[in-house]
Amino acid sequence: MEILVCARRVPDTSENEIELNSAGNDIERDELVYSINEPDNYAVEEALQIAGKAGGQVTVVTVGGEDDEEILRREMAMGANQGVLISDDAFQGSDGKGIATILKAFVQKGKYDLILTGVQAEDGGAQVGGMLAAMLDYPFAALVNSIEVLDGKKLKIGREIAGGNREMNEIDLPCVLSIQTGINEPRYVGMRGIRAVASVPIPTHGASDLGVDPRAVGESAAKVKRVDYFVPTLGKGAEMLRGSREENVDKVLELVAAKGGLK
Amino acid sequence: MLEGIHSDARLASWLVQGHALFLFLHLLGVICFAYIVSQRLVPLLRAERDPRFDRPLARLGKVFKFWLGQWKHPRYKTAGTVHLLIFAGFILLAMRAFTVLIVGVSPNFVMPGLSGEAGHVYEVATDYAATVVFLCMVFAIVRRTVFKPARYEVPAKFGKAHKADAIFLLSLIAILMVADSLFEAAKAAAQTPPGHVAFAAVLSLPWLLKVSLVSVSLPTLGGLCFAGYLVHEIVFYFLLCYRPFGIQFHVETSLFNVYFSKLDRGTLKPVKWGVSDEHLDRVKSFGVKTFEDFTWKHMLDFYSCADCGRCSDNCPANAVGRPLSPRFITIKARDYAFQHNPMFGRWKNGTPLIGSIYSDDEIWSCTTCGACEEECPLLVEYIDKIVDLRRGMVDEGLVPQSMQKPLKALNSRGNPYGKMEKKKADWANATDFQQICQVKTLDKKNGADTLYFVDSITSFDDRMQSIGRATAKILDHVGENFGILGAAEKDSGHDVRRFGEETLFMALRDHNTDAIKASGVTRIVTADPHAYNALKHDYKDVPPVEHISQVIAREVKSGKIEFRPVDDGAAVYTYHDPCYLGRHNQVYDDPRDVLDAIPGLKRVEMTRSRDRSFCCGGGGLMLFYEPKEEQRIGVKRVQMAAEAGANVIVTACPFCMVNIEDAIKVAGFEGKMTAIDLTELVDQQIARESTAVTKEAAEVPQEYVTGR
Repeated sequence: MEILVCARRVPDTSENEIELNSAGNDIERDELVYSINEPDNYAVEEALQIAGKAGGQVTVVTVGGEDDEEILRREMAMGANQGVLISDDAFQGSDGKGIATILKAFVQKGKYDLILTGVQAEDGGAQVGGMLAAMLDYPFAALVNSIEVLDGKKLKIGREIAGGNREMNEIDLPCVLSIQTGINEPRYVGMRGIRAVASVPIPTHGASDLGVDPRAVGESAAKVKRVDYFVPTLGKGAEMLRGSREENVDKVLELVAAKGGLK
Repeated sequence: MLEGIHSDARLASWLVQGHALFLFLHLLGVICFAYIVSQRLVPLLRAERDPRFDRPLARLGKVFKFWLGQWKHPRYKTAGTVHLLIFAGFILLAMRAFTVLIVGVSPNFVMPGLSGEAGHVYEVATDYAATVVFLCMVFAIVRRTVFKPARYEVPAKFGKAHKADAIFLLSLIAILMVADSLFEAAKAAAQTPPGHVAFAAVLSLPWLLKVSLVSVSLPTLGGLCFAGYLVHEIVFYFLLCYRPFGIQFHVETSLFNVYFSKLDRGTLKPVKWGVSDEHLDRVKSFGVKTFEDFTWKHMLDFYSCADCGRCSDNCPANAVGRPLSPRFITIKARDYAFQHNPMFGRWKNGTPLIGSIYSDDEIWSCTTCGACEEECPLLVEYIDKIVDLRRGMVDEGLVPQSMQKPLKALNSRGNPYGKMEKKKADWANATDFQQICQVKTLDKKNGADTLYFVDSITSFDDRMQSIGRATAKILDHVGENFGILGAAEKDSGHDVRRFGEETLFMALRDHNTDAIKASGVTRIVTADPHAYNALKHDYKDVPPVEHISQVIAREVKSGKIEFRPVDDGAAVYTYHDPCYLGRHNQVYDDPRDVLDAIPGLKRVEMTRSRDRSFCCGGGGLMLFYEPKEEQRIGVKRVQMAAEAGANVIVTACPFCMVNIEDAIKVAGFEGKMTAIDLTELVDQQIARESTAVTKEAAEVPQEYVTGR
């Protein structure tokens, strides 16, 4: 089974202190450290596990710049067979639809049975996967938290639905799935693994390679534009429990039960 | 005399009857033993290299102390004493055993140097030795069957009980002693005129047998002599050939295991011996994944384990029900080696150890406290093996999710918390603290003699920053010209290395080494024993390093530090030895001397202290690991402090502080017991001269009160 995972490099929220820049239209990016978007990492692990059982190759693709090669190498160290960088000045400032358009062009150049994305980018809007499926006219399922290969043509997938329940679906291949974190336990990638793939060439495709009309993507074509960026002010709602330990435990249980957290 | 010669001749004739049989048994026994041992050596020859042929004098010293001197044994009084007696008995009996074996083939053989009076003295000594060994065997069997010490039990998850095998072996040795004594007694009875009892070795086993045989006819004595000899020979060779299949192989291997034991405390073995750091990238696989990846010495460790259970009896992970028992790390590997290297047939190799004989949780459960190694009478090593297994797991990507985040943050930010580098010196830069104590960050303009290496937890953890400030104030008080590296300091990597991420450790080490060298300091001080151990043993080419407790102890002696009496005279203090200060670096007395120098301070020792100290639960990345356990290790530790009658636990490590403060809450001792770092206590008790400083000293305790 040929699997494509669409991944993205994002500022790591656990290792940065996100602050607004002075203009107030973006975050301060000078001292940020980046890593692969966490749900995308789960998608790669899932792809590797499927390929491990059903055979086939795993390709990881990202739309971005030279810096984004870093995550491709990381995922290759994890076991992906190939990393592909899609990069072109014309792609800068694309909105979700623009990214989906670029990825669609890439998908059509190859032959993939299964396309995975993370459920959402940590700095994004969970939109690319669905749009990509629609553009390709492929079936799509979001929030997938289990995948079982039934035969060469179908998958059995589990999806998380409200209230912690799960539903099971059959879906025809080829298809696009957005992967929920927790679907697996991604393997560790150490510095040594990344070093081992440091000199593997990473193919780069631009607009002309993919046959993408530069006018259909990029900032000028974006129909969704960020107009503001702010940190919400702290609201009220925190309640300090100031009783004895036993009283506090009882109160917490009562509050959690009242909100439906305990059954 | 005439009678004696006749008897000797007769004795010779009895043994001559069995001459061919004895010779056959000798050859059979020796050939079997040689074959078995050669088969046991096969895996060692295929193992990873391990250069242990250096420093022969130091190694002989170890042999004298730990093998011949049985140094570790008295740590367990009963079993230790019994073992000492058996060992001494065996050493004495070794030459007699050889003589007896030769006598079977050449009846008139006398060991050179043991004729005449010397031989008589030796005979008396061995008669008693055989008796003592026999009694020890009886005692050991009774102990195993009636008293059943808990540490010999085999939990169901680790397989079948070893009791039957142990008793079988003990019985065989007892039989060997009786057979030997019977042979000696029958021989002696035949040589003695009827009705006369010689006074040699009174009340020994041969003596008792001889007394009861005085009136037995000569042909019967001959038969007994023959039977005693035959049983002795069969049991001797059976034991010789059976020992390599179980717990008694240590009789043969212990001398070698002790001679080749590890000489350098606190260090870790490299990923591969003989491969320099620069060439490590060329190594295809890291760590131990299959049995063949162990070094030959580590395999010899597996063969040498006597199954005494002392390691697991002292293991904190085992004590709280984590899935780790060091004893079974060894036993399972030995069983695996025996099964995969059968006496007949080919060696089966290649199965991954994790998932077959070991579980990943078992290997992650170790805090590397070193209690097992400290206790082992045979000097079996565990930490290097655990770290090698972890290196293999890291290489395969088998790292728990909870530890992947801190490892990633260590890679990108140089600390496990993912905090930004520029905040590293925030603990020292708070305005109110700067008014009391200025801590300079070393750069091209600001130099110093001494580097205070703070490390991640003390820099970033709100509670532990207090240890950093106390340390800075103490260094300031004694007039030390010191500074910190600030943003240029990354995590020491001590526990990154011990959790198997060697490549990341090397990057952290190289970064810090460059930063330390660029700072131009001539010595390093740290208050974190993990950083201390890393800088001392894992780093190369950095200036000498001291733990702050050593500095304080010295300055107390020099008079630069004087203490005012403790405020609460009713408080009872106890000192908890951090593993990487105590066991791994032997700093036991300095912190205690400091505490004892504080007027009015009442100090008690916990039963488990100094080299038997009980780990707090583990530092470094262990703080991020979510173990499967019945209770926290730290909770057991604070209960030990309570049993000792203490209500203040003094420690000298920020990780101990995390674990012990948490444990005090979990154990329900909040309000009844507190924990304080040695630096905090010292800072609080320093008698400062100037009024301004005295005022500050009076304010100090508040800082620690908020920490509790």
